[in-house]
Amino acid sequence: MNALIPLPIIVPLLGASLCVIAARARWIQRIVSLSALTCNMIVAITLFVRVDDRDMVVMQAGGWPVPLGITLAVDRLSAVMLVVSSLMLLAVMVYAIGQKAEESRYAAFNPVYLVLAAGVSASFITGDLFNLFVAFEMMLVASYVLLTLGGRPDQVRAGMSYVVISLIASTFFVTALAVIYAATGTVNMAQLAERMPELPPGVATGFSLLLILVFGIKAGLFPLFFWLPDSYPTASGAITAVFAGLLTKVGVYAIIRTQTLMFPPDARQGTLLLVLAGLTMIVGVLGALAQDDLRRMLSFHIVSHIGYMIFGLALFTLAGVAGAVFYVVHHIIVKTALFLVAGLVERRSGSDRLSRVGGLVRSAPVIAVLFALPALSIAGLPPFSGFVGKFALVSAGIDSQDWLIVGVSLLVSLLTVYVMVRIWSNVFWGEPEDPAIVAWIASEESRVPRLMTASASVVVALSVALMVFAGPLYNYAERTAADLLAPQRYIESVLGSDAP
Amino acid sequence: MSVLLAFAAAFLFATGTWMLLQRRLSRILIGVGLVGHGSNILLLMSGGDGGVSPIIDTADPSEFADPLPQALVLTSIVITFGVTAFLLALGFRSWRITHDDVVEDDVEDRFIARRHETDQAIAEEELAERDQAVEEGRR
Repeated sequence: MNALIPLPIIVPLLGASLCVIAARARWIQRIVSLSALTCNMIVAITLFVRVDDRDMVVMQAGGWPVPLGITLAVDRLSAVMLVVSSLMLLAVMVYAIGQKAEESRYAAFNPVYLVLAAGVSASFITGDLFNLFVAFEMMLVASYVLLTLGGRPDQVRAGMSYVVISLIASTFFVTALAVIYAATGTVNMAQLAERMPELPPGVATGFSLLLILVFGIKAGLFPLFFWLPDSYPTASGAITAVFAGLLTKVGVYAIIRTQTLMFPPDARQGTLLLVLAGLTMIVGVLGALAQDDLRRMLSFHIVSHIGYMIFGLALFTLAGVAGAVFYVVHHIIVKTALFLVAGLVERRSGSDRLSRVGGLVRSAPVIAVLFALPALSIAGLPPFSGFVGKFALVSAGIDSQDWLIVGVSLLVSLLTVYVMVRIWSNVFWGEPEDPAIVAWIASEESRVPRLMTASASVVVALSVALMVFAGPLYNYAERTAADLLAPQRYIESVLGSDAP
Repeated sequence: MSVLLAFAAAFLFATGTWMLLQRRLSRILIGVGLVGHGSNILLLMSGGDGGVSPIIDTADPSEFADPLPQALVLTSIVITFGVTAFLLALGFRSWRITHDDVVEDDVEDRFIARRHETDQAIAEEELAERDQAVEEGRR
């Protein structure tokens, strides 16, 4: 079983190298990427079942005795993140093939996409802080390439600020690693968790803040989010979908992991995170309201929902963390679905400006249905999974008597409904006035490739399935939260296991 | 020795931050390099004082230098190197497009910021048109 752990990193990387060799044969590349991502998914589901059934699995890379080598560990949180991310990566790959844009134009797409997949998996699996940095870099470098693959002027402009911001975050990460290593003499997360309480509380608090800064940039937390809605929409539909679904959530995962595992309760930044969460929610949703570009609107909306996840974590109660975990899973699937459908809208109507498109409910009823389901879910209407997630978070907030944040989250929820209604009434109702758009919708070219619709439908179906399985998933999230809030088991599993 | 390195790291951070705040990509690139080196020096120092090469059976283990930060810093240098090369390529592409490497404003953001003004202008125009229609009706 332990041999399975490194597979989600190794298989995509091997696939990436095969894709580089087969650069001239696109069909080989496609077979390789699809089989690598399918393999990832199977491994992730196997690990998920096993971890939930019995105990977390740990492996020491290279067989070095702990804590000398790199620890790879899969607990409940990592397992569920792995499953969801591998599902999304596979679905988006199929969509990208159907889209016939970047994927068929550039030989670099397939290998780089697989490196991104490896980086995302590695971030979830690793139990070593420095290795987390390497995993982040793998993922980010791949994302730089994917973002600027088309080489259009707007992509180059957005790519510049995205790369520079990410680089600065990485530099902060290295700095944080340096000071943490100087203070504790280890970068193994479990060992850090043991040694952190021995430090003076001020020092531990400083480290906690430094890591929040680093991961806050990647996750798009309040004062550090400005790069996100600027850069994400410039990539092509499939790439934006995978960025929106996964990259920020890797940052959220890192915040949850480091805050719950590494820091003793008095060094956790509950209040600060609550304030940041509230501001993130408000600023994100207000930003979304002002936009005219569909994908840009949805990008601002990601920021707003990152706030909900951080809000759940910041309570540091069982219900709060469980709500946050549930919300992360829900948001990855629903947001990917929305972005995939936004890609369909753009393809069908030839534009993603809200002020120009219109009337899609008649010209493309399938797309309208595909949009409506995840939109209702993200707006938090019962009985969709967004409602379950928000309800869990709000009731956790009421239990902790943080009335202000509860009020803010309810208000933002209302504004989210307004954002979705605005998209709906502009894109799907009314009539397009622009003759160019009318001509485009009437033309043959605007037919959406079947593969795109099919893969978007699968993701939308998954988001609806979340509603059906919300009960079991929430129970799982509660078990995860119990694990996270009692990190002793994680520490013992990592440090106590004797590697061969 | 360590104090000197600490000052070097601080100096690199300070100059690098200044360069990062510039508008030209070539300067930002130098800034990224400087800050990156600053953090690498910090990482190298985190292993404590130097010592003899950590090769087993050549010396007493208590005199060894800590090998881990050296391994970490090497990884970090390689990553910075790769990303810097990518940024250079991006800068070159930008130069091909605009013959400049100034990081430009976000067009869409400017558009949204101006929209409020245009909305008002359009509203005033419509108001004027209506007034005119009313005038004509009277005549």
